[in-house]
Amino acid sequence: MNVDSIKNGIVIDHIAAGSGMRLYDLLGLDALDCSVAIIKNVPSRKMDKKDIIKIDADIAINFDVIGFVDPGATVNIIRGGDLVEKRSISAPDRLVNVLKCKNPRCITSCEQDIDHVFKLTDKDNKIYRCIYCETKQN
Amino acid sequence: MRHLINILDLSVGEIDELIARADDIMARPDAYSEVCRGKILATLFFEPSTRTRLSFESAMLSLGGSVLGFSEAASSSAAKGESVSDTLEVVSSYCDIIAMRHPKEGAPLVGCAHSSVPVINAGDGGHYHPTQTLTDLLTIRRETGRFDGLTIGLCGDLKFGRTVHSLIAAMSRYKGVRFVLISPDELKLPSFIKQEYIKERGIEYSQCSSLDEVMGEVDILYMTRVQRERFFNEEDYLRLKDSYILDAEKMKAAKRDMIVMHPLPRVNEISTAVDSDPRACYFRQAKYGRYIRMALIMKMLGVDRAKGE
Ligand SMILES: [Zn+2]
Repeated sequence: MNVDSIKNGIVIDHIAAGSGMRLYDLLGLDALDCSVAIIKNVPSRKMDKKDIIKIDADIAINFDVIGFVDPGATVNIIRGGDLVEKRSISAPDRLVNVLKCKNPRCITSCEQDIDHVFKLTDKDNKIYRCIYCETKQN
Repeated sequence: MRHLINILDLSVGEIDELIARADDIMARPDAYSEVCRGKILATLFFEPSTRTRLSFESAMLSLGGSVLGFSEAASSSAAKGESVSDTLEVVSSYCDIIAMRHPKEGAPLVGCAHSSVPVINAGDGGHYHPTQTLTDLLTIRRETGRFDGLTIGLCGDLKFGRTVHSLIAAMSRYKGVRFVLISPDELKLPSFIKQEYIKERGIEYSQCSSLDEVMGEVDILYMTRVQRERFFNEEDYLRLKDSYILDAEKMKAAKRDMIVMHPLPRVNEISTAVDSDPRACYFRQAKYGRYIRMALIMKMLGVDRAKGE
C-alpha cells in the first residue's frame, strides 16, 4: 500500500498495531482540514505489525496523548521533505483535558470549566486515575 | 497553606499530636474555651449532614470562635448553579477556615484550589471523610490505649463504605495490625484498596462472610451500615441488609476487652440491646468527634497554645 510521502508534517510511527485509531481520536485529528492517513497493520521487522499516522501539516500535537496511548511510538517531524526531528515518547505523569472522567459521582461531571486531570498512579501497569475521584480510566 | 482532603495528608506524627491535643482538651476544656476567639469557621454543606455539621460547629464554638454557613445546597447559591470554585472564592474571604461537604467526589480538591483559607473535607460523596477517620483513630487510642498489634474486624459494606477505606489506609501505617474483612460477596473491599494498603504493605488479613466465625478473634469490630442508595435494586438491598447484624448473642463470643465501633447513624446493624454493653463505644466515638475536630481546627488555624501555655 502506498501513501504519498509528506513535505511538511508529522509521522507518528511504531504505534502498536490496533492503537492507531484511538490515537487519531484522542489527538482530535478528525477536526483537521489537511490530509491525514492512518495506516493499519503495516508489516514491521521490529514489531511484526504496527500502525502509522501521517499528518500533512506542521501542527502542534499533544505529545502527552501519544505517550499515554503508546509510549513506544516515535514521532518524526518533516519539513521541506526532510526529517528534521525524531522524538521518542514516554508515558506522561499527568494528562490534562485528554480524557474525561466517566464517574457520574465525580465533581468533573457538574463543575463548569474544570480541567479533567488524570495522574499516572501505577507506572508498571500504566494506570491513570482521575485526580478528583481516583477512578481508573479505561 | 495546608488543607485536609484525605486522612493520608496527615503524617503519623501529626495524628499523634492531634490525639494528644484532643486528650488535653478533654482533660481541661476551660484552657481552650477562648483560644480561637475572633476566628470564623464556615461550614459549607452542599448536601445535608446534620451530625457532621453540628460536630464542627460545636467544636468551633467550644474554642471561642464563631460559625457561619449553609446546611444544604438548596439554601445556597449552589442551587442557582454557582460552581464550587466560585463559592469558595467568595466565602473564603468571609472566614478563617472552611469545613466543606459535597455530594460529588473530589469537590473539596476543587474548593481548596480556590480558597484563601484552609479547607477541611467534611465528606465528598463516597470518597473521603478524614475527620470521621480522625474520630475513629482517637476512639481506638482512647479505648484500647494503642494502635500497634490490633486485629481489626470490618463488617458490612466494605465496597462503598468510605469510612472503612480511610480507616484501613490510616491503620495500615501501624505495626502488627491485622484486618479481618467481613462482608457479603457483593460488598467486598475493592481490590485496589486491598492491593494498595494491605497486600503491598505486607499486612496480614483474612476475608470471610460470617460475623459469627470471627467474633472471638477481633480487638475492634467496626460495623458499617448497608446503605439503600448503594444498591441498584430493592431486592438485593433487602436480601443483604440483615445479614450482618450484631446482637447480644454474638457479643458473648467476643473478647472481654474488644470494642464495637460504628460511624453512625445505624439502621439495624447493631441491635439496641448491645448499647448497654461496655464494649459498645459508638456513642463515645461520636463524642470524641467534637474533640478531635477542636484539635484539628486549632492546628489548621496555627493556634498551638492553650490558655496559660
Ligand atoms: Zn473523576
